[in-house]
Amino acid sequence: MRQLVVLSGKGGTGKTSITASFATLSKDALVVADCDVDAPDLHFLLAPEIQEEHPFVASGLPEIDGRKCIACGRCIQFCRFDAIYFDYQIDDIACEGCGLCAHVCPEAAITMRPKVSGHWYESMTAYGPMVHARLDFGEGNSGKLVTQVKEQGRKIAEASNRHLLLIDGPAGTGCPVIAALSGATEALLVAEPSISGLHDLKKIVAVCRHFDVPVGICINRHDIDSTYTECIQSMADMESIPVVGHVPYDENVTWAQLEGQTIVNYDEGPAATAIRTLWAALSNGELEAT
Amino acid sequence: MSVIACASGKGGTGKTTVATNLARLLSANAEVHLLDCDVEGPNDHLFFDFDPTEQEPVEVPLPKVDLERCDGCGVCSDACTFNAISVLGEKVLVFPELCHSCGVCAYVCPRDAVSEEPRTIGVLTHASEGTMIFTGGELFPGEPLAPPIIQAVKKTISPGNITLIDAAPGTSCPTVEAIHGADFCVLVTEPTAFGLGDLQMAVGMGRRLGVPLGIVINRCNLGDDRVEAYCHEEALPILARFPLDLDLARCYARGALVVDHSEDWRDRFRQLGNAIKHGLKGGG
Ligand code: SF4
Ligand code: SF4
Repeated sequence: MRQLVVLSGKGGTGKTSITASFATLSKDALVVADCDVDAPDLHFLLAPEIQEEHPFVASGLPEIDGRKCIACGRCIQFCRFDAIYFDYQIDDIACEGCGLCAHVCPEAAITMRPKVSGHWYESMTAYGPMVHARLDFGEGNSGKLVTQVKEQGRKIAEASNRHLLLIDGPAGTGCPVIAALSGATEALLVAEPSISGLHDLKKIVAVCRHFDVPVGICINRHDIDSTYTECIQSMADMESIPVVGHVPYDENVTWAQLEGQTIVNYDEGPAATAIRTLWAALSNGELEAT
Repeated sequence: MSVIACASGKGGTGKTTVATNLARLLSANAEVHLLDCDVEGPNDHLFFDFDPTEQEPVEVPLPKVDLERCDGCGVCSDACTFNAISVLGEKVLVFPELCHSCGVCAYVCPRDAVSEEPRTIGVLTHASEGTMIFTGGELFPGEPLAPPIIQAVKKTISPGNITLIDAAPGTSCPTVEAIHGADFCVLVTEPTAFGLGDLQMAVGMGRRLGVPLGIVINRCNLGDDRVEAYCHEEALPILARFPLDLDLARCYARGALVVDHSEDWRDRFRQLGNAIKHGLKGGG
């Protein structure tokens, strides 16, 4: 099965608007997974109807039994994340759930209790199945949640004979991105022509290379700055990465978003046209060949 | 004196623009320390002309197993919450990308076979320009764990000057790590559906951390009033409304600071600076 991840190094480059357009254009031939679990936005454009909701339990939180605790301070001293205050209260944000405190407690006063740190959903949209999630504010373990969402997406695709899993990837280069890339057959990198955009693009290219995932680049709002568009093009040439799309700046992308629509459903303007062309190339497997 | 964080529920809203221009403006009258805590995509340095910079590796402990001592009992792998160590026959494999450096395996090993050695996962950059000091963190590509780098950057905070933190976009651990303990947090957003959705999550995070919040609405003329209405309902102070502006976009694209080029923008950032000062006092 093809697993196409759309990434951008940093959010805000138009990644989600483009991903949602692909889903719309695919005519029910794929499953979409929103793996941007700490800023999920795809649902604004695809209006999924939630069919099943599942709690996400990744780690435990220590619970100290006050009757057993002799206040020896070992847990406080050993915890590497400064997650236990001097009054033996747990800082549930700092805690990584490693359980060292439970191991070092001489009175066995600490038990690790499973903690729900978000939810994930199996849904249906007008364009096919969608899996998405929401991590609770300030929770860690986003990598595990990404894996969960992606795995479920893959299972649904397999069971329903769809051959493509389209993944809206998370921002950054850290654990959630690595989780989204694992098992991916190709990655589309959406970049914007600016000095920061170029910088972010180089980083995300390095990450994809590190995990051996073939990549292609889409320059979004390419007409905003021709100098940096050229810089991106020459960097791509040097790295032998195909630039598979040039999407022009189009205010209507924002107006469409405000109405909860994808740009390809909204109008036939310049951005919509460019995205259609890009999708035609991608669905022909242009990236796989590289 | 005060630690001000600059964050956003998602990237691309103009958070870096706000942090860098504010740093420049405030450094005209005070010592400012700018921290780039967006360690997965650090860009702040692109906007300044730093003097020669100094770099320093960031290391985390990684378990190392002495196979002479190890008898393959598997206690370490049973105890590791992150599946980062596993026993395969005669061998013990450690997966550096999964390891949180928590120390559990070394602690529980009955044969004392697990020790730890430092592993470099990124770098800190120290630099300065006039009255501005800069510390930036960078996570190496392929490395998963940003929080240790962010902690290393934040260790350099010294009392006495104004500290500005450019936090990673989002609402999960790297962002939390950056904002935790700040005196005030500026959330940069856009008046769109995505902007509002991401802002709501960022506000939830900020409130959970107990940090006073203020909102900057960027590209305020490209969208509708849903963000304004939300801020009103939630009694969140709107510190500034920045229009979509060609000058600003051009400066940003080229790595320049708009406050160096435009009197209008200098005024806007001056007002933002004042609004933050007000927020710091009032605890909005
Ligand atoms: S589980 Fe780990 S991080 Fe949490 S309090 Fe215990 S030792 Fe600290
Ligand atoms: S240090 Fe912690 S996370 Fe790393 S291998 Fe040991 S138990 Fe697992």
